[in-house]
Amino acid sequence: MPSTNTIIEIIYLVAAALFILSLKWMSSPTTARHGVWAGELGMLLAVGGTLLHHGIVDYRWIAIGLVLGTIIGVPLGMVHMTAVPQRTALSHAFGALCVTLVGTSEFYLRAPNVPRLMMAVLSMEVILGSLTFTGSLMAAGKLEEFLPQRPITYKGQNLVNLSVLAVAIGVAAYLVAHPERTGLFPVILGVPLLFGVLMIVPIGGADMPTVISLLNSYAGLSAAAMGFVLDSKLLIIAGALDGASGFILSVNMSKAMNRSFSNVLFGAFGQEQAAVAGGKETRAVRSATPEEAAAILAAANKVVIVPGYGMAVAQAQHKVRELYDALTKRGVDVKFGIHPVAGRMPGHMNVLLAEADIPYDKLLDMDEINGEFPQTDVALVIGANDVTNPAARTDHSSPIYGMPILDVDKARTVMVIKRGMSAGFAGIDNPLFYLDKTLMLFGDAKGFVGDIVRELGGGHG
Amino acid sequence: MTGDLLTSLYVFMLAAFIGFEVIRRVSPLLHTPLMSLTNALDAIAVVGAIILAGEHKRTLATILGTVAIVAATSNVVGGFLITDRMLKMFKSSRPQKP
Repeated sequence: MPSTNTIIEIIYLVAAALFILSLKWMSSPTTARHGVWAGELGMLLAVGGTLLHHGIVDYRWIAIGLVLGTIIGVPLGMVHMTAVPQRTALSHAFGALCVTLVGTSEFYLRAPNVPRLMMAVLSMEVILGSLTFTGSLMAAGKLEEFLPQRPITYKGQNLVNLSVLAVAIGVAAYLVAHPERTGLFPVILGVPLLFGVLMIVPIGGADMPTVISLLNSYAGLSAAAMGFVLDSKLLIIAGALDGASGFILSVNMSKAMNRSFSNVLFGAFGQEQAAVAGGKETRAVRSATPEEAAAILAAANKVVIVPGYGMAVAQAQHKVRELYDALTKRGVDVKFGIHPVAGRMPGHMNVLLAEADIPYDKLLDMDEINGEFPQTDVALVIGANDVTNPAARTDHSSPIYGMPILDVDKARTVMVIKRGMSAGFAGIDNPLFYLDKTLMLFGDAKGFVGDIVRELGGGHG
Repeated sequence: MTGDLLTSLYVFMLAAFIGFEVIRRVSPLLHTPLMSLTNALDAIAVVGAIILAGEHKRTLATILGTVAIVAATSNVVGGFLITDRMLKMFKSSRPQKP
């Protein structure tokens, strides 16, 4: 008869395998839901196995925690799809909170005789955990618009932020050398909390996809550090998987925004905005009515719709679905071209369009769709701007030069639904709007698409 | 912990490599559900919190452990729930293979 501990360890081993399978199944929409089930089973096994742990003498607090957590978790799982980015940021904060609290308890249970190596790992766990906690709360606040979305910058900001972080790391290093100085522990708890806030202050709305991914990575790494402290291989594996996932997504997002990691965190796009705002000439654009737009779309063979965050803000995705239906019924081939940063977190736009019942095989990412624009009759841009700016390909002096864009300007006709001629997030004028083949459709995205749908429905068919 | 540190580092390194390889293959289509799923899996930290709250060594540890259970459990429940809700919405225009 194997001991309880061995049984628990075997259960953890199975759970770890299920976690890896869970992520593997996420690779395709056809198997992805199996991934969720595998993850759930792994979690259930791991929690059940942990409850067998012989060190546990009192189950009351555990029960209270599990029940309360479920009560909070259910509404967080039921939020509207547009609110998924802030929900995700909030859950990074909760994950980091859990790790920080456990790390803090572990320290005080062992103090003052904490081995140096453990002190080093504990410091990492607590520093990463607390900065992720406040940073994620700030990000959630900005996304929910409790806090101002625009970046707040001041002179010497990077120096201030880096010094704050340096203090935390310095004190942690001192604690590793002198673990008996327990009075210093609150410093490596409190200072990173402050750093988390300062880190997000200069971040604007358009940078959120990168920042959320980065916080995801930190949350994973802090959990892995906790695994080292508790000597839990399962936690190390889960943390490493989460950390790797966040890291890959951050790199993807940075590439899509044409910026380096450090540039997102320390660059403060806001300063560039001020620099390019002046000296804009007023150039002529061609505009069209919903009737004209509907006629052109109905005559097309192939249409690519390029949605941006403006479409989600206008809540126009269901009208866009009606447009998709109306055009598909007429035999028009309609696809969607999705830029990696077309939302507030990686992949957000796909979720919003899937929610509106647009089949996922019509949602193509940037690399897949770019080759198709030269054969496209109409590219319809809804609420996107900078990600379609051809200056990113051609104009070396443009702040977004080099950023990967959707080549909508290669389509035969381009239509852009936009409220007015204002510039995008980056504050950069878009030469696309002044091309001869471009028609500007001025109006609210939801209203304008609705008008086009009505025109299409009113015709033959 | 000291003796096992190297083993733990091996585990971390291998898991990170598996993570990179597996997640690189996830379609950008599913990056949002991917993040909510990894978030739920990451909340496995709840096992540490459960032991902390259940061992009842000191009042402070029990309280912090309980709060940690609440935070992690809400991630587990909310994370799996929303991931599944999102994935249910992804439908193909082609008829499903039997």
